[in-house]
Amino acid sequence: MTRTEVLVIGAGPAGIAAATAAAENGRQVIVLDDNLNAGGQIWRGATVEKAGSSHQGNAAKRRAMTRLQQSGAQVLGGRCVFSVEASGTLQTLQETGSDSLVEQFQFDQLILATGARERFLPFPGWTLAGVFGAGGLQALVKGGYPVAGKRVIVAGTGPLLLAVAAHLAQDGAAVSSVLEQATLAQLAPFATSLWANPAKLVQGARYRGKLWKTPYRTGSWIIEAIAGSDGRKLGAVRVTNGTRTWEEPCDLLACGYHLVPNTEIAALLGCTFRGAFVQVDDAQRTSLPNVFCAGEPTGIAGLEAAMVQGEIAGLSCAGLIGTSLQKRAVVERAFARRMEKAFSLRPELRSLPRADTIVCRCEDVAFGSLHGRTSWTDAKLQTRCGMGPCQGRTCGPAVEYLLGWRPVSVRQPLFPVPLQAFCSHDERVEINQLKEKV
Amino acid sequence: MKPFDILIVGAGIVGSAVARECALIGWRVGVIEGGTPAGGATAAGMGHVVVMDDSPAQLALTAFSRSLWQRDSGKLPKSVEYETCGTIWVAADDEEMVEVHARREVYEEAGVETRVLTAAALANKEPNLRRGLAGGLLVPGDGVVYPPAAAAFYLAEARRLGAEFFQARAMSASQGQVLLSDGVSLVADRIVLAVGTECDLLPSLPIQKRKGHLVITDRYPGFLHHQLVELGYLKSAHKIADDSVAFNIQPRQTGQLLLGSSRQYGNEGPEAEPEMLRRMIDRAKQYMPGLENLSVLRVWTGFRAATFDKLPLIGPAAGLSEDRSLWLAAGFEGLGITNAPGAARLLVDAMLGRKSAIDAEPYLPARLMEPARLAHA
Repeated sequence: MTRTEVLVIGAGPAGIAAATAAAENGRQVIVLDDNLNAGGQIWRGATVEKAGSSHQGNAAKRRAMTRLQQSGAQVLGGRCVFSVEASGTLQTLQETGSDSLVEQFQFDQLILATGARERFLPFPGWTLAGVFGAGGLQALVKGGYPVAGKRVIVAGTGPLLLAVAAHLAQDGAAVSSVLEQATLAQLAPFATSLWANPAKLVQGARYRGKLWKTPYRTGSWIIEAIAGSDGRKLGAVRVTNGTRTWEEPCDLLACGYHLVPNTEIAALLGCTFRGAFVQVDDAQRTSLPNVFCAGEPTGIAGLEAAMVQGEIAGLSCAGLIGTSLQKRAVVERAFARRMEKAFSLRPELRSLPRADTIVCRCEDVAFGSLHGRTSWTDAKLQTRCGMGPCQGRTCGPAVEYLLGWRPVSVRQPLFPVPLQAFCSHDERVEINQLKEKV
Repeated sequence: MKPFDILIVGAGIVGSAVARECALIGWRVGVIEGGTPAGGATAAGMGHVVVMDDSPAQLALTAFSRSLWQRDSGKLPKSVEYETCGTIWVAADDEEMVEVHARREVYEEAGVETRVLTAAALANKEPNLRRGLAGGLLVPGDGVVYPPAAAAFYLAEARRLGAEFFQARAMSASQGQVLLSDGVSLVADRIVLAVGTECDLLPSLPIQKRKGHLVITDRYPGFLHHQLVELGYLKSAHKIADDSVAFNIQPRQTGQLLLGSSRQYGNEGPEAEPEMLRRMIDRAKQYMPGLENLSVLRVWTGFRAATFDKLPLIGPAAGLSEDRSLWLAAGFEGLGITNAPGAARLLVDAMLGRKSAIDAEPYLPARLMEPARLAHA
């Protein structure tokens, strides 16, 4: 059992800022993250830079990391939180080669900085080999997956599409189109609002700069992924702009529909939600007095908002109030609202899946079998949608958009763990995991 | 609105089975459900169709109900996942083997086929059990279903035969009238409360919530072939005061394993409790050490509707209520899935004054009103 005053879940920008602020103000802090290294999705892999490349965000990350290291906060990577109790204990699983290590942490205050994941919407052909989540493909590439010379289409919605496209282009991919479902008219106010946020303007420009030859088609979306000659792998996509439909050949499709918050831990703890997001006050405090939340789980608002909110949460844990930060947080929240409006999903996307289009990949549930079901719970019980290993993390947000059902009832373990993990209560226990299924 | 012959409050597996039984005899049926159909104890339970011998009355009802499941097996849609995998009652030592033989006699007398397994036969049937167990009793006719789909099948059958479904909460049910949360008022000759642990409509229902934990693993086809239950299960299931755990594991058609079981009174919170889980899993590992490396997908809890004599309430509410229109199909504890078809049959027999296949008296709600029993409660 490891005891700490402040436990931060997530070592992305929000978690780093939170841990730094709390530790700089005298609190004992531990930060947990599933990844081995701090940085979160946005800064992931920024330390293992290839020669000559200059992924954006590096300077900001370096500054944040240096300050974190000097603050005295301890970062423990490679730990996945699988169960948590509001009374102040939390369990993690760490994969150590062939073994798994269960650890228990006890905390006075908890800061949830669990970030966001991509939303995926099903369309015919999305299960073909070669179709990836946009962020998923970016993460693979950061991990060494080769895309050089491949024809890639990046599609969906949200500011991350450009970041992904830029990243893939830098690694040698031939990005043939970036397809943004939002219309130019929808995006214009958001683009204008970048002027009010200079840091974001720089980000935006950098994305475009690397892609000056690639068309950025607004108001366009994928309606189908088509198999190549072997029938299994992606060969082309069918695209529409609402009036015209065309095909574009490609080897890989990176597709993402903006972000949905990672709120599973907050839900398991019983925090109050406002819509899809965790409700917090000016001090980033949730409905539970010892639990704070910062960054995307409180509203999709991007890097700066995450850092500001993280710092406020860290200060709150140290009993301080960041008045000027709170003003900045208000600005960031306004930015979040504009972003949400700019990238709101068009209703046509709801009619893309056919009856035989798979919605839940874990349990092989086709869209047609959800017909006649009345709620997420009803669908889970009768079709097993969302009952597989990912507990609906992928299909839940998709089904919510397609059918309007709010996913409910998060259960432990938050991700699959060996049965033995539930028995190891007082000490660190090593588990030999069964690698081959019987 | 035109009166119904019968209104059924609760669309869990019991209410749905009653609805089908009533629709089959041509009655005008209304089913009322405030939550998700099959979303209560039906969704939380294991779906073991099992003959239980903890009392002669329980043995009679479970054996009768199981025969109805077997009769229906050809009609059940694939989604119900009905599988006659059999139950093996696992005996840990020679003392428990003595009990195996005793139980075999009880079952045989009731016409339930069994087979005594030696240690070697047990190991052969379930290689993942630990070595050194004494043997077991195989009950080959027992089976497994996926309860939410079974309940949905019953309800769909009832609706196909004309039953009406009302998605609303029943705010009151008395004197042949049910008032719904949406303002609608329904009238019928009879009202059946098939309400699981929700006793608001009749607070005098002698039902207590008994919490249970379940664990489901990832898919491991071939790891397990029968439902396995430790022979001491009844002993632990019988304990009224204490929290108890017992080894009870089920193979799902998907290859997943469903692991139980725990029983607790007094904690009505839905959270999974680490201490109970640890005890339950430790117990299971004593029988199947290989379980510890299997991957767990989810843990959840549910509440059994328990009566203090372990028997359900099937029949008129007389004794618990003055209201002659009220009938009960409730208090099934851990056997609601098994007993749903049998209970539905007994209830309709009683309403029609028809002779039942088994003696219905042990399940009459009025029994719980005897002064001696009340003192017990």
